[in-house]
Amino acid sequence: MPELKTYKELPLGGVIPATADRPRKKTGDWRDEKPVLYPEKCVNCLLCWVRCPETAILTEDQQMRGFDYDYCKGCGICAQTCPTEAIRMVDDAEEVPPLGRIEGEGRQE
Amino acid sequence: MAVAKPGARKLEVLTGHQAVAEAMRQINPDVVAAYPITPQSEIMHYFASYVADGKVDTELVTVESEHSAMSACVGAAAAGARTMTATASQGLALMIEVVYIAAAMRLPIVMAIANRALSGPINIHCDHSDAMLGRDAGVVQLFAENAQETYDFMLMALRVAEHPDVLLPVWVNLDGFTLTHTADVVELIDDAAVKEFIGEYKPRYPLLDVDHPTTQGPFALPEYYFELKRQQVDAISNVPSVLLQVQEEFAALSGRRYEGFFEPYYLDDADYALVVMGSTAGTAKAAVDELRAQGEKVGLLKLWLFRPFPRREVAEALKGKEAVAVLDRALSLGSYGPLYLEISSALYECEERPRLYNYTYGLGGRDTTAEQLTDVLHQIQGEKLSREMHYIGLRE
Repeated sequence: MPELKTYKELPLGGVIPATADRPRKKTGDWRDEKPVLYPEKCVNCLLCWVRCPETAILTEDQQMRGFDYDYCKGCGICAQTCPTEAIRMVDDAEEVPPLGRIEGEGRQE
Repeated sequence: MAVAKPGARKLEVLTGHQAVAEAMRQINPDVVAAYPITPQSEIMHYFASYVADGKVDTELVTVESEHSAMSACVGAAAAGARTMTATASQGLALMIEVVYIAAAMRLPIVMAIANRALSGPINIHCDHSDAMLGRDAGVVQLFAENAQETYDFMLMALRVAEHPDVLLPVWVNLDGFTLTHTADVVELIDDAAVKEFIGEYKPRYPLLDVDHPTTQGPFALPEYYFELKRQQVDAISNVPSVLLQVQEEFAALSGRRYEGFFEPYYLDDADYALVVMGSTAGTAKAAVDELRAQGEKVGLLKLWLFRPFPRREVAEALKGKEAVAVLDRALSLGSYGPLYLEISSALYECEERPRLYNYTYGLGGRDTTAEQLTDVLHQIQGEKLSREMHYIGLRE
């Protein structure tokens, strides 16, 4: 256990400044379900990126790429918010391709 | 109190509402979020007209409750905005949950409190029961006697709140109706001088500084909560020295010299004294004047700063008196009044403790007269006064 800071050492009011050297605790193992992406249906509106509370939506050149499973807590907001039903929640135990991208098939109901 | 240089004086007849709104206009805060409640509403009526007329650049957020008003203030202040609000009574009660959070997040929000009795029974008139909601919240609390002090305290409050050693919400308490709705002569400071006095606000961790992202108001479990509360102890303990420094600068600016945390009125050589906060100090001065004219050695300690409580200075000013009556305008049901408890505690370490009595007065706007206060000053000169709570103007 790391040594805890004294009240004089702690940042004012409990503020946590983002610093590169601070290890970020992975919280992805908290989830029961996880999102997967059907890229053909995605229109890159990025509403999921806006609304994800964990910044776990990965993008590249403003295109939706997939999910950061190290931090996604499986809340399902992305799936709820997606206007084209390109995101679906699946059981966390299910094997999925990297970034959760399921290519070449439409969403299965 | 010294008088400003002739030529620099700008006298206006203002209500307490207008005095607060005028200070707010001159401060020109980035964000104000408020909800109407008697007897505060006119502060925001005046201020809203300044916003509508383009006299300030403020984003005025009209919310659906005081809980939301205070929450909006916390959000704005965390974003780095200079933020203010005003409320009273039930509105303050609804805010109080978020006031604790503002204090813990070290957000310098200046708040005018138009003191009004808490329900129930429901009442709209003045007492200090609403102010006492903040007693343990970690806010700085000032009490004004008149419109001039209200205006001056609003300006000084901002400097105290935003001082890097403090960074806490500050409440300027003004008695509802007695001060808010009555007109008084107020000497104003010129806009440019106020602007220079308050300076530019440089928030410590503005959320809008996206190049330096922060998490604010995080969860603090048993490993951290205690330490973060301890930081607040230091912050509020820094207020007295900061206030003295601000008072010094304010005197240079305005010619009005506030020295310390209370105004002693014929106190030095007094054998018998009253302690009071707010507008009743004016009545108490009339009582003291009358008895002094008859040769009685009586005086008054008018407290400006209730939080942090200036216990050493108060003890120093009251030690050696024969008897002191502490006048509380709020009950702490089941104990003595909140102000009495402070004074009693402050005097504990004194060798020469005065006999100390607690009087409750003015609840729910009950009027208190100079004659009643001269009676109190006479009662405490007797040896056999009960140590139980006394009540001024109550039908018993």
